[in-house]
Amino acid sequence: MNAPVPGLKPTTYIGQDTPRANARRLLAGRGQYVDDMHLPRELHAAFVRSPHAHARITRLDLSKARQARGVFWCGTGHDVAAVVSPWVATLTHFKGLKSAPQYAVALDRATWQGEAVAVVVAQTRAQAEDAVQLVEVEYETLPAVTDMETALDATTPVIHPDLGDNLAFTRSLDTGGVGDVFAGAHLVVEDTFRFGRHTGVCLEPRAITADYDASEHQLTVYLANQAPHMMRDIFAKHLDMPESNVRVIARDIGGSFGIKVHVYPDEMAIVGIAKLLKRPIRYSADRLESMSTDIHAREHRVKARMAVDKDGRILAFDMEDLTGIGPYSVYPRTSAVEGNQVVNLTGGPYDFRHYIASLKVVFQNKTPTCQYRAVGHPIAVAVTEGLVDLAAQKLGMDPAQFRRLNLIPDDKYPYTSASGLKFEQLSHHACLDKLLKLMDYPKLRAEQAALRAKGIHRGIGLAALIEVTNPSALFYGVGGARISAQDGCTLRLEPTGWVTAITGVTEQGQGTEGMIAQVVASAVGIPVEHVRVITGDTDVTPYGGGTWASRAAGIGGEAALQASKELKSNILALAGAILKRDAAGLDLRQSQIVERATGEVLQPLSETARIGQYRPDTLPREFQPQLSVTRQYGQRDWPFVFTNGIQASYVEVDPDTGFTRLLKHWMVEDCGTIINPMLVDEQLRGGIAQGIGAAMLEEILYDADGNLKNATLADYLVPMAAEMPDMVFGHVETPTKSSELGAKGAGEAGTAGAPAAVMNAINDALAPFNARVTDQPFTPERLLKALGKV
Amino acid sequence: MDHLITVNLKVNGTDVTKSVEPRTHLVDFLRNELSLTGSHAGCEHGVCGACTVLVDGEIVRGCLTLACQLEGAHVQTVEGLTESGAIADLQTAFHQRNSLQCGYCTPGMLVCASALMDEHPQASREEIREYLSGNYCRCTGYEAIVDAIESTMKNRAAGKALAGEDA
Repeated sequence: MNAPVPGLKPTTYIGQDTPRANARRLLAGRGQYVDDMHLPRELHAAFVRSPHAHARITRLDLSKARQARGVFWCGTGHDVAAVVSPWVATLTHFKGLKSAPQYAVALDRATWQGEAVAVVVAQTRAQAEDAVQLVEVEYETLPAVTDMETALDATTPVIHPDLGDNLAFTRSLDTGGVGDVFAGAHLVVEDTFRFGRHTGVCLEPRAITADYDASEHQLTVYLANQAPHMMRDIFAKHLDMPESNVRVIARDIGGSFGIKVHVYPDEMAIVGIAKLLKRPIRYSADRLESMSTDIHAREHRVKARMAVDKDGRILAFDMEDLTGIGPYSVYPRTSAVEGNQVVNLTGGPYDFRHYIASLKVVFQNKTPTCQYRAVGHPIAVAVTEGLVDLAAQKLGMDPAQFRRLNLIPDDKYPYTSASGLKFEQLSHHACLDKLLKLMDYPKLRAEQAALRAKGIHRGIGLAALIEVTNPSALFYGVGGARISAQDGCTLRLEPTGWVTAITGVTEQGQGTEGMIAQVVASAVGIPVEHVRVITGDTDVTPYGGGTWASRAAGIGGEAALQASKELKSNILALAGAILKRDAAGLDLRQSQIVERATGEVLQPLSETARIGQYRPDTLPREFQPQLSVTRQYGQRDWPFVFTNGIQASYVEVDPDTGFTRLLKHWMVEDCGTIINPMLVDEQLRGGIAQGIGAAMLEEILYDADGNLKNATLADYLVPMAAEMPDMVFGHVETPTKSSELGAKGAGEAGTAGAPAAVMNAINDALAPFNARVTDQPFTPERLLKALGKV
Repeated sequence: MDHLITVNLKVNGTDVTKSVEPRTHLVDFLRNELSLTGSHAGCEHGVCGACTVLVDGEIVRGCLTLACQLEGAHVQTVEGLTESGAIADLQTAFHQRNSLQCGYCTPGMLVCASALMDEHPQASREEIREYLSGNYCRCTGYEAIVDAIESTMKNRAAGKALAGEDA
């Protein structure tokens, strides 16, 4: 008979809704965003930006601006180019990708409306902005290439004549035999899907303060950015400085979503000017600059068809994607990734063998596009799920049943998709079952039918998805990008018994620091309040990639786990030396050294740590306590560790006005080990809200001359509180075996699937009218057009 | 812009006298002149609400209000509301419910919510959403914010009821 153990038991924070410590200062208004911080002798920069989409600069006169009050310096593109070398954003694994040299400030020609053509530096921001008005620029306007559909026509001007044409990148994929499969198929469904241009609309605009100290040849850059080490490498390279003389500090960041992971020409200019003037230079974009110079994303037109057999089994996909990326591929991740992902991910959740795809990525005179949250996923998911629902409708099958028939079986892993993606272990069917239960699908269908009889038009839309997370070096490193595929965590045992964790993954509000604290506290054996986490400083943290592609928990969390295990082992060795016991018989629980077998408390950790730091003289001569450890982790088993999930949307459409009301949204997701369920759900929720923005509201509009027509938050609509539905979540946990922690990412699945779910729900509501929409966003006007009412 | 206007006002209970350019917006005045960086400039159009502060108890947009208009006014920012403890329960609820991610909208959201709770202490979820519809949050999807405000209102109402019983 076993008596209850009287001592301490191991505890864990993994799976707990632990509130994140760093939220407290943000709630008190004590955040430290870049623009909140000031340096002695700092100067403010403001940019002169091209009002034309494409124009040659024929005269640029800075003389009046130089005379303006408070102005310290004015420069042209040539002045900045003297200190910042240009870049060309290509990577070798995107074969054939081409782009032109891009300068921090345009030299002689502006290629999109908003491109910087000159810069003014003054004592205050207002003075710099006043002086911008005094810069005289004359332009010869050039024909603007705006329509991606005609960008490759022989009659369309070539934006970069040296490149020969406006084709940045093209890719084809063909598994073979696809034509025959389509020819022999029982049913072929096809449609064309259009996706509006978006931008991330971070509430904190991009901001930078660069400080160059000539005495030490040291550049310190305070930057709102997700990848500080990547930026350090780039600043060093383009300013021709040793990388070790560059420090990048990213403190609090007011939203990012992939927007703040790229190289922005104006930020390069600021860094260069700081070096040139040997003074701190600060710059913060205003909203107009954010809308016209933050990267855009998702301007795609996809023609796709899907072949199905008589039982409703998917046989093949055929997809053609055209996307416009602006005048340059964006440095250093390139603008080929989004289209490439669409090719990779289309059809992703389904079990089929035949696939043919082609991708064309073209240049235009619009703001450059690059990776924004869920890169490529929302497009691939909308195309796939749109065709899936269409096929189910044509066959008279329930859309949930059609998915059950076609989703990759949960026992068929590892699985290689038709596009070549490798899946370790997904759980589509478990997620589908859970979703249908969560939303009470049969009851909802009954309610829909009953209301339809009363003239109330509701629709239910499903969208299954996969998400790229925990990327290996195959994402960027293999193509020559100096973007780290691994991350590290240093742990330091303080003399008090608390632990300082210093990690290369970064925090933009998703809860990275809280997640790291939970992993460390659990694995070391201390209260989570005793872990202090430091991120975002290249002089301090281990070298690493940062936070993007949903990698912070999966990569950074695993590094923290391995460091914690090592630190704990070292602590127990120290305790063993102090207590003259075998360390193997000891454990650390709730900050107490205990006997492993009984949990009996032997010594508080604070005492162990005190002796380790201050009284090593009392320890055996040959024993040196190791109270700081670093472990690094890169995921090497798979190109990416995919997650899966499925969403459902319930909407009501008013066929007279075209307005859609979002009634409810559900999602079941499998991101492996869940470290903090509350933080995961909030990632899903925020991601879904951004996806709903795409489906319902967001579209950057240009006129035919390349003028950006809705560059304010009064004109570019984003989801607000009153329009958002309540959301319900469920989870399936399939830990990845590629790490001990088993965590996969969860940052992008919400955004990936929401537009497709909403689209399918709207089309389900419109079905009685024989109407259908596939062009996002689904505005009242587009619905009324589909209904033949306007 | 040589002409400066002297303005006397109270900020978070403290008397302030400053000379400002007529064009200086309240949010820039708070941030640059008084180092009260909790209020943020998000859209500079009065749309996003990140600059929301209280002027004489009413919520206003710091980006649409000129500092020189505020002679004799009392401005309260997130820093003042934090130090006085007036919204400590709301801040705790936001923390527990993770009703913020990047935190950039949060000060404006808190100021707006505190006004709602004063004006309409029994607001429904729909009314909370409607009241917040001038405050943009890109991170959360709003539901956690609504949850925290709703729970704080309920707790305040329960606290008042309890205080009433005691009296």
